[in-house]
Amino acid sequence: MTSTWITTRAWLLMLPLLIVMVAIIGWPLIDTVRLSFTDAKLVGTEGSFVGLDNYVKILSGSNFQRTLITTFWFAVLSVSAEMVIGVLAALLLNQQFYGRSVLRALMILPWALPTVVNATLWRLIYNPEYGALNAMLMQFGLINAYRSWLGEPGTALASLIVADCWKNFPLVALIALAALQAVPRDITAASMVDGAGAWSRFRFVIMPYLAGPLMVALVLRTIEAFKVFDIIWVMTRGGPANSTRTLSILVYQEAFSFQRAGSGASLALIVTLLVTVLAVAYAALIRKSAGVS
Amino acid sequence: MERRSLTATILVHLAALLLLVVILAPVVWLFVMSISSTPDLIAKPLHWWPDTVDLSRYGVLLSSVANSAGEAFVASLFNSIKVAGMATVAALMVAVPSAWAVSRTPSVGWSLYAVIATYMLPPVALAVPLYMTLAWAGLLNNVFGLALVYLTILAPFTTWLMKSGFDSIPREIESAATMDGARLDQILRLITLPLAAPVMATAALFAFLLAWDEFFYALLFTSDQRAKTLTVAIADLAGGRVSDYGLIATAGVLAALPPLIVGLFMQRALIAGLTSGGVKG
Repeated sequence: MTSTWITTRAWLLMLPLLIVMVAIIGWPLIDTVRLSFTDAKLVGTEGSFVGLDNYVKILSGSNFQRTLITTFWFAVLSVSAEMVIGVLAALLLNQQFYGRSVLRALMILPWALPTVVNATLWRLIYNPEYGALNAMLMQFGLINAYRSWLGEPGTALASLIVADCWKNFPLVALIALAALQAVPRDITAASMVDGAGAWSRFRFVIMPYLAGPLMVALVLRTIEAFKVFDIIWVMTRGGPANSTRTLSILVYQEAFSFQRAGSGASLALIVTLLVTVLAVAYAALIRKSAGVS
Repeated sequence: MERRSLTATILVHLAALLLLVVILAPVVWLFVMSISSTPDLIAKPLHWWPDTVDLSRYGVLLSSVANSAGEAFVASLFNSIKVAGMATVAALMVAVPSAWAVSRTPSVGWSLYAVIATYMLPPVALAVPLYMTLAWAGLLNNVFGLALVYLTILAPFTTWLMKSGFDSIPREIESAATMDGARLDQILRLITLPLAAPVMATAALFAFLLAWDEFFYALLFTSDQRAKTLTVAIADLAGGRVSDYGLIATAGVLAALPPLIVGLFMQRALIAGLTSGGVKG
C-alpha cells in the first residue's frame, strides 16, 4: 500500500465527521460573523449591512461592561475555590482512613448530578421561606430572620458560586487524586528522611506531579465557567437587578428574548473571542509548565 | 506506610467525615424532599426527616393521565431518551471511522485537533444561525432537529475518546492480519472493532449522559411536549408556579438516577478517561 493511498483512505474515513462538523459548526459560525454586521431580527427581517455598529454599541454600552465583570468574578471565584478545595480533598483522600474507598466512590455523585438538577436542588435549598439553608442557620442560631439568598443582589452571585463549586470541586479532586497516586512512595519517604516539612514536601515533591493534570483541569473549568449559562438561568435568570447576569445570559436575552439576531451575534462573537484568548494563553502556560516539570 | 500520631489520625478522620457530609447532604436532602409530605416541607422549624414516608409524587410523575403533571413529565422523559439515543448513535457512526483513521494515520491528526478545538466554542456562537436553519427546515421543536444539534457537542467528544481507545490497540495486530491476507474490512470487523468494543461502550455511555445533561440548546429549540427534554421540563417546574417543592425534588431525583447509577458503577472508566486527557495535555 502506498502512503498516498493510506492518506487518501484516512481522509475518506474522516469525511462523514468533517461534513457534519462543517454543516453544524463551521457554517453556523461563519453565518454568525455575517449576521454580526447586520441589524437582522431573529424572525422575519433579513436585515441590512450596518458595518461595525453592533460592535461599537456593545463595547461602549454599560450592560456589556457590567456583565463582563460579573462573568469575570464568577469564573475567578468559582474556579479558584474549586481548585483549592479539590486539591485539599485529594490530599485527604490520599491518606489512610476508615471508609476511604466508599468516600472516593461517593465523590462522583455531585459530578454525575445533571447541571439543571443541581441548580434546582440549590434553588430549593436557598428558598427564602422554606429553604433548608435558612432553616439550618436559624436552628444553629446563626441568623435571626430568614433571608432571600438568591433574591438580594448582595448574596445572589456568592450563592450561585457555592452551588457551582459543590458540583465541580469533586472532579478536580478526582483528577488530583489520580495524579497523587502516581507520586512514587520512595520519593516522599526519602524527602521525609532528609527532614522536609509538610509544606516543602507538598511544594517540591508532590506539586511537580500535580501541576500538569491540574493545569488541564484549570483550563477546562475556566473556559466552562466563562461560558456559564445553565446553572444561572435555572437559579436566578441573571437577576436580581442583573447582578448575576453573565455573558451567555446577555447573549440569550439580546438574540432570543429581544430577537435582535444581529447584535446578539456580535455579542456572541465577542464572547467567543474572549474564550479563545483565554484558551490560547492557557495553552502557552501549559507548554511552559510542562517544560519546567 | 508512614506512621502517624494519634492526633493526626483523629484529624484525618474528622476531615473525612466533614467531606462526606458536604458531598452527601445536598443529594440526600433532594431525596428526603421527594418523600416528605408538603406539611413537613413547609413546617417551621423544618422537619429534617418526614413523619411518614410519602411516595405518592413518584406515582404522580410517572402516570400518564391526560393533562396531568405526569403526562408532561413522561413525555419529556421519552424525548430525552430519544434525543440522547439518536445523537449518541449518530455521533459514534461519524466518530469511529475518523478516530481509527487518525489513530493509524498520524499525518491527518491535525484535523482532529481542529475538531476538538470546537469544544471551546460557546454554544451562543452557533445558536442564532442554528435556530434560523432549524426554523427554515421545519425542525424546531422536533427531536430529530435537537439530536442533530447535539452532534456539535457529541461528535468531537466521542472522536477524541475513540481515538485514544484505538491508540491503545497495537497496530501490529492489524499488520499481522494484513500479511495473512485479510482485507481491511475483515480486519476492522473481526479484530479492531471487537477489541475496541469496551471503549466504544464507554464513549456511548458518556455521550448519552452529555446529551441527557444538555440544557441550553433544548431550551432554545423546543417549546412543548413534542420535543421538550427532561432538563427543560425540570427548569420549567423549578421556575414556574409549582408550589409543591417535593414534586420538583421528585422530578430531580428521577432525572438524576441514570447518571448517578452510571457514575457510581463506571467510576474506574470515567477517571481513566479524565486522567488520560490530563496526562497527554
